[in-house]
Amino acid sequence: MAQTLYDKLWDAHLVEQREDGTALIYIDRHLLHEVTSPQAFEGLTLAQRGLWRRSANLAVPDHNVSTLASERADGLAALPDAVSRLQLQTLDDNCAAFNVVEIPLDDIRQGIVHVMGPEQGAVLPGMTVVCGDSHTSTHGAAGALAHGIGTSEVEHVLATQCLIQRKMKNFRVEVTGQLAPGVTGKDIALAVIGRIGTAGGTGYALEFMGSAIRSLTMEGRMTLCNMAIEAGARCGLVAVDDVTLDYFRGKPLAPEGEQWEAAEQWWRTLRSDEEAVFDSTIVLDGNEIAPHVTWGTSPEMVASVHGEVPRLADMPDETAKQGLARALDYMGLTEGMPIQDIRPDAVFIGSCTNSRIEDLRDAAAVLNGKRIAPSVRKALVVPGSGLVKAQAELEGLDKIFLDAGMEWREPGCSMCLAMNADRLLPGERCASTSNRNFEGRQGSGGRTHLVSPAMAAAAAIAGHFVPVAASADGGGEEALA
Amino acid sequence: MRAFTRLDGLVAPMDRANVDTDLMVPKQFLKSIKRSGFGPNLFDDLRYLDEGEPGMDHTQRPLNPDFPLNFERYHGASILLTRENFGCGSSREHAAWAMEDFGFRCVIAPSFADIFCSNALKNGILPIALAADQVEALFTLLYANEGLRLTVDLASCSIQLPDGALWSFSVDAFRRDCLLKGLDDIGLTLQSAEAIRQFEQQHEARFPWLFRDITL
Repeated sequence: MAQTLYDKLWDAHLVEQREDGTALIYIDRHLLHEVTSPQAFEGLTLAQRGLWRRSANLAVPDHNVSTLASERADGLAALPDAVSRLQLQTLDDNCAAFNVVEIPLDDIRQGIVHVMGPEQGAVLPGMTVVCGDSHTSTHGAAGALAHGIGTSEVEHVLATQCLIQRKMKNFRVEVTGQLAPGVTGKDIALAVIGRIGTAGGTGYALEFMGSAIRSLTMEGRMTLCNMAIEAGARCGLVAVDDVTLDYFRGKPLAPEGEQWEAAEQWWRTLRSDEEAVFDSTIVLDGNEIAPHVTWGTSPEMVASVHGEVPRLADMPDETAKQGLARALDYMGLTEGMPIQDIRPDAVFIGSCTNSRIEDLRDAAAVLNGKRIAPSVRKALVVPGSGLVKAQAELEGLDKIFLDAGMEWREPGCSMCLAMNADRLLPGERCASTSNRNFEGRQGSGGRTHLVSPAMAAAAAIAGHFVPVAASADGGGEEALA
Repeated sequence: MRAFTRLDGLVAPMDRANVDTDLMVPKQFLKSIKRSGFGPNLFDDLRYLDEGEPGMDHTQRPLNPDFPLNFERYHGASILLTRENFGCGSSREHAAWAMEDFGFRCVIAPSFADIFCSNALKNGILPIALAADQVEALFTLLYANEGLRLTVDLASCSIQLPDGALWSFSVDAFRRDCLLKGLDDIGLTLQSAEAIRQFEQQHEARFPWLFRDITL
């Protein structure tokens, strides 16, 4: 019978199918970080349980680390916040006690767990991958079945190498044609969420396919799958092709020689069969997707950069109307205003969505030789890992950011969730390459507009949102003032 | 896990759609390495007028008088009535821990986000999805009647309204069984240890590169 990619990955990891519809699914790779793991290790200790398979686990600190070099010079010792220091120390201690491999804070390979994983080949096509973080969906870009789990499930995977699951439904998201210059995986993600809503993918595995997806780099596919969770789907998927194989060949933990040959043979089957049946399908015309900007407090509150903020009168029902009114009030916007009239006073380029080398190149290409607008008071560029940072510095991108008036930081989750000191002040408005624009997400009272790296860079120069192509052509004339 | 069988509880409203887990527990409280003590920070940004930080004495903080959970009439509520897509966003189980610590044992909404739903069920909290018109009817009833209580019976999968009407709901059979008995997932899965071992051997023979030791 014809199968979807998700069906194939499910079948390859099915340990036990039970009569009540639940199943035991085997987990190949478990990524851990400091925020959602301490209670799981504590649970194991209390129950006197050990790890099922130690070598399946790989840990890295990322969510709650400082991004200032001065605060990281001495490992954890120089971190000023004692509560954070204890959390990071607890990860180190747990990894030592359970003999879990950890990439420590002072290692050049340290970075955001979803940047580090593929970069090291710790995540590979065909794997099942979990992590106590909802953006684990990122790894579906490799043709891996990857999703976020809660801490109880972290403990469950540590102890049993399995998860109790119910099979999800299949959702085909086809993006035809080719993206216009300046339009990225981020814009596809926002366009899809705008179309199906933040609950549209609930209960589904989302497979992205079509010519526009095939043309994306691995980085672009990771950005897209990363945001599957913002459409409600625990996992996003992209079929394996040459782009995938070229990306993983030679990665530190990727197979070599005969094992690579065997792996490649299997990986090349990791695509949905022609006749596979999907429970839901949407088709978007990639040629028509414009750069997107979120205007509200949910990723589905999104518009083209050429569009405007919706009007109350256009809302379909009372709940939607109240939601819009609350979002407008929180965001300090008026109904019907053009998106290009929105003026950020902060810019954040980073996060597991958009902190890979290609993202930094995109932003740097727009910023090259320009200065950010005087009205932009805070502008952070936070590379996704130490290796991304080193590569960017090799290419001179750090100079471009610094010359533009931006800060060049150490790797971590930073202002995407603002657990550390990188956060917005109440009322501050940010053009952010992250993934969530929820109330208070980037700091209590902070206002987030989600965009691609190039769009964030263009807004930084112009002082308001502009179509990225126009800015690259010198349309950001206000930046020269 | 605490078993869930029958709950006769006061209902409180959270009258908005897409309540995300950032709203339920803001990130600054995720620095805790404990599983308990998150109740005072449930909906922190909405409940208090000041900006909360870990370690604050929450009893001394100014409450937001406009936030329903602070209303006298909802004190002691154990059932939260809310709108669609409750619990979306971050996978933080701290959101479920905070709900439980606050005293909520049941959430009624038209729909839930997947990860929150899973986390809730593992912490003895029952998420009940009802049809949108039923949820609407409960909101109307709640606003019109101070002290509205509902009786939720998991064994029969029914909700009893004050007028005696019985509404049925459905819940995953496996999760229902775990909740009724207060069963620990890990213990259950380890009953299949032999099957896992056998699978693992076949898996390794087929995909040996997945079993390489991580050396970095």
